[in-house]
Amino acid sequence: MKAGWLPRLLLSPSVLLTLVCVYGCILFTVYLSFTASTLLPRHEWAGTAAYTRLLGLENWKISANNLAVFASLYIAIAMALGLVLAILIDQKIRAEAVLRSIFLYPMALSFIVTGTAWKWLLDPGVGLEKSMHLLGWQGFAFGWIKDGDMAIYCVVIAAVWQTSGFAMALFLAGLRGVDSEQIHAARLDGARTWQVYWRIVLPQLGPVFVSAFVILAHMAIKSYDLVIALTNGGPGRSTWLPSVFMYQYSFTRNEMAVGAASSVLMLLAVGAIVLPYLWGAMRSAGGRHD
Amino acid sequence: MTELRTPWSLTRRLQPWRVLLYAALVLLAAVFLLPVYVMLANSFKPLDEIRSGHLLALPGQWTLAPWRSAWSTAQIGVQATGLRPFFLNSFLVAVPSVLLSTALGALNGCILTQFRFRGADLLFGAILLSVFIPFQIVLIPMAKMLGALGLAGSLKGLVFVNTVYGIGFTTLFFRNYYAAFPAELVRSARMDGAGFFGLLWRVLLPNSLPIVVVAAIWQFTSIWNEFLFGASFSDFSSYPLTVALNNLVNSSTGVKEYNVHFAGAFIAALPTLAVYLVSGRFFVRGLMAGAVKG
Amino acid sequence: MKRPLTAMALAMALATPPAAMAGQSVEVLHWWTAGGEAAALNLLKSGLEKQGVRWNDMPVAGGGGEAAMTAVRARVTSGNPPTAVQMLGFDILDWGGQGVVADLDALAAREGWDKSVPQEVQKFSRYQGRWIAAPVNIHSTNWLWANRQVLAQAGVTAEPASFDEFIAAARKVRQAGFIAIAHGGQPWQEAIVFDSVALSTGGADYYRKAFIERDPATIRSATTRKVFQRMAQIRSLVDKDFSGRDWNVASGMVIAGKAGFQIMGDWAKGEFLNAGKHPGKDFACYRFPGTQGMVAFSSDQFVMFRLSDAGKAAAQRKLAAAIMEPAFQSTFNVVKGAAPARLDVADTAFDECGKKAIRDVAEADGRRSMLGSIALGHATAASAKNAIYDVVTRHFNGQIDDARAMAELASALAD
Repeated sequence: MKAGWLPRLLLSPSVLLTLVCVYGCILFTVYLSFTASTLLPRHEWAGTAAYTRLLGLENWKISANNLAVFASLYIAIAMALGLVLAILIDQKIRAEAVLRSIFLYPMALSFIVTGTAWKWLLDPGVGLEKSMHLLGWQGFAFGWIKDGDMAIYCVVIAAVWQTSGFAMALFLAGLRGVDSEQIHAARLDGARTWQVYWRIVLPQLGPVFVSAFVILAHMAIKSYDLVIALTNGGPGRSTWLPSVFMYQYSFTRNEMAVGAASSVLMLLAVGAIVLPYLWGAMRSAGGRHD
Repeated sequence: MTELRTPWSLTRRLQPWRVLLYAALVLLAAVFLLPVYVMLANSFKPLDEIRSGHLLALPGQWTLAPWRSAWSTAQIGVQATGLRPFFLNSFLVAVPSVLLSTALGALNGCILTQFRFRGADLLFGAILLSVFIPFQIVLIPMAKMLGALGLAGSLKGLVFVNTVYGIGFTTLFFRNYYAAFPAELVRSARMDGAGFFGLLWRVLLPNSLPIVVVAAIWQFTSIWNEFLFGASFSDFSSYPLTVALNNLVNSSTGVKEYNVHFAGAFIAALPTLAVYLVSGRFFVRGLMAGAVKG
Repeated sequence: MKRPLTAMALAMALATPPAAMAGQSVEVLHWWTAGGEAAALNLLKSGLEKQGVRWNDMPVAGGGGEAAMTAVRARVTSGNPPTAVQMLGFDILDWGGQGVVADLDALAAREGWDKSVPQEVQKFSRYQGRWIAAPVNIHSTNWLWANRQVLAQAGVTAEPASFDEFIAAARKVRQAGFIAIAHGGQPWQEAIVFDSVALSTGGADYYRKAFIERDPATIRSATTRKVFQRMAQIRSLVDKDFSGRDWNVASGMVIAGKAGFQIMGDWAKGEFLNAGKHPGKDFACYRFPGTQGMVAFSSDQFVMFRLSDAGKAAAQRKLAAAIMEPAFQSTFNVVKGAAPARLDVADTAFDECGKKAIRDVAEADGRRSMLGSIALGHATAASAKNAIYDVVTRHFNGQIDDARAMAELASALAD
């Protein structure tokens, strides 16, 4: 049905707020990245100085690298684990509700709580390693969090723990919406279980994969609190992510222009990944009714 | 729960598979529960037991003192008030924000799916993209805006900020849900002469319980656990629980009373945990009903 | 002796009915959220309440003020600044340059702050000559803390007089089965160690030329290379789990007799005192070997923001005056472990480490060897400070070698 003035009017507050508070802020950030801002915004044009400085910074290289490692591992593992959990839970389990709650509850915790709990667990001096030693297993070593090369994987562990339950919930919902007719037909044709999953179920979960990807990617980008609570960016600078970089340079180091430049680059990267999804979603004519 | 059963799961004849299945699930559940077990177990121990023992052990000497301390006597700043006074602030921010952003999401979802107009897809895309914005970017401009609106440092300001940045998600949820809404119901309502509000009130909303629950849970969790806005846009009268918890856990001096920290973290997480535990079922049902389909 | 201002305030407070007292309040943003510091701040709070000024606490813990500084930015930008904010070093001057701070010159003149606060500290309390902040204390970072029993058991009988003697003593401690140096692996803590090592290796002139005046030749000298070599020596004497450890946990290791030494600023004393240990008997506070007569200082100061409300501004001045009161400076710093920010405060209430701190500050002030701490933002502004952190922590964690560290230090100090 063609929209009259009323729906357009009612939509406009949200559009206006989003335009101003989100896109306005993004534009402001782009503007800031071309100024000589330090402690607070300074309206003094500086050209691409911030970008030049940004790209030469070791901290930025570390952050960008870490994001690539972290995001790909985190999204892949969380999706895989979520899918596996969903498939397992879908098998007419007793106590399904309990198990579902157990896998889902980490989402309820704030990143600060997650980071603190895992920091303790992963600390070799007081955590798992020490417990294993005290329980008699002397050879157990798990000091990744203190190791500059391995600490980022600890961030992956904590992040996967926090959100794979949500991925599980998404996949569970998707599994239960799969067309049962096709399954029956395939089974009548003699298809084995794994073939059923591979050929029929997983393709139908396509949209769920995409949605899960969007949600997980959004978590990966907003991971500042988790990193700070877990490792504080350390050892040294080895678990810096762009979100940490942005915060550090904008607020702690009084280099707001560089922080803004890093935000712009990050937003471009996000756009590059999310826009194709949006394009696909819009092309599939997301269900408008006439 | 019959409607949630799938017709093609493994049949009961395959016993060893089911044993393996349950074993795998129990193992995974144990891993998932490990951090919370550690937090809980160690929050009931006296401090020397934490220092001398190890974290997987159950308390040798159970004590409620850390919980009492975290609730009402722990040092949060100059005052030793525990976390209790800040619960109210967090509720006063979270509840209105959840209500407002959910309502706006429902409204937007209805408009974007039931009406045709130029740029609808673009607008939805723009709103969807907005969920990716890291909050640090908006800190300074939003501070200016709140100052200009006279909302700086107040609970109302926090409600405003959290609502604005929640609209993206709630719109996403409702839009996808209403996109999958049975067209016949809408058509028949329109033929009966339902206008915009009639459609919303009498057809869409009454059938929206699952998605309302999803949106409300998601928003409540995000807002309850939100720190950056809470620390930056509040003042002494309005800062929320997350800031108080941060002060409890991250103070730079003094003996680190880990047991109190864990008790405090757990207390702060209770409302969201309760929400998830109580409404987990609706959450999955809501997702099933097409909340986040592509 | 009552100052005119506080006497007047007291008279006013006594004269007005209680309900009217509710008018005056100060909102203080700080990160002293626990332990002795919070207790010490409470003294300020109750003192002000006696003057009829309500204390509205806005604590934001974390990162030695990182989260607090972010909150300040938002508060100031929104036009709703707190009355006073705790800040360190160059941050104060950066904010001074934004034109949003109050002018305390009248108060300072009346109370004679010019004469009582050391010049080097005043450099951070005043922006372009105008007083904008009230200093609470003078901490110094070049201290060495030791557990006397551990040292005795290891056969270390004398205070190490030089860096090499210190390394020898530390090795003895390690051989006796203890951890030689308790260290917390966080960038700022590594920078604290760097303060001491740089001061010890090059002396006051080198430190000033390299890190405060940023002379490139001095930075790229053999002295700097030696500093990094010595940092590596210290690295070899810490335990394997040092990474990420909090400073007070490291202090705890020394207190509990697991480790012999800790290189930390004098706020560490509070941990020892809280654990019931006595200076001289259980623990020793040495100046870092080779740095006697020099003080790498850091001063916590409360920056006063400009307030439009006259009543609030009056309360703000009361707060500033209360902070600078000799009696408060004494009681607060006895608890905090620092020396008072004023040179004219009697040291009778301080323990032997506190008395030493006060003596050292007076000596260094006279000898012009009071030097701003690199680690705590009193030698360079925030961006250079953090760049130095980057170099020092990566070098300490073995990610870069001495030569590369020196090169990166040079570029960190070049901007």
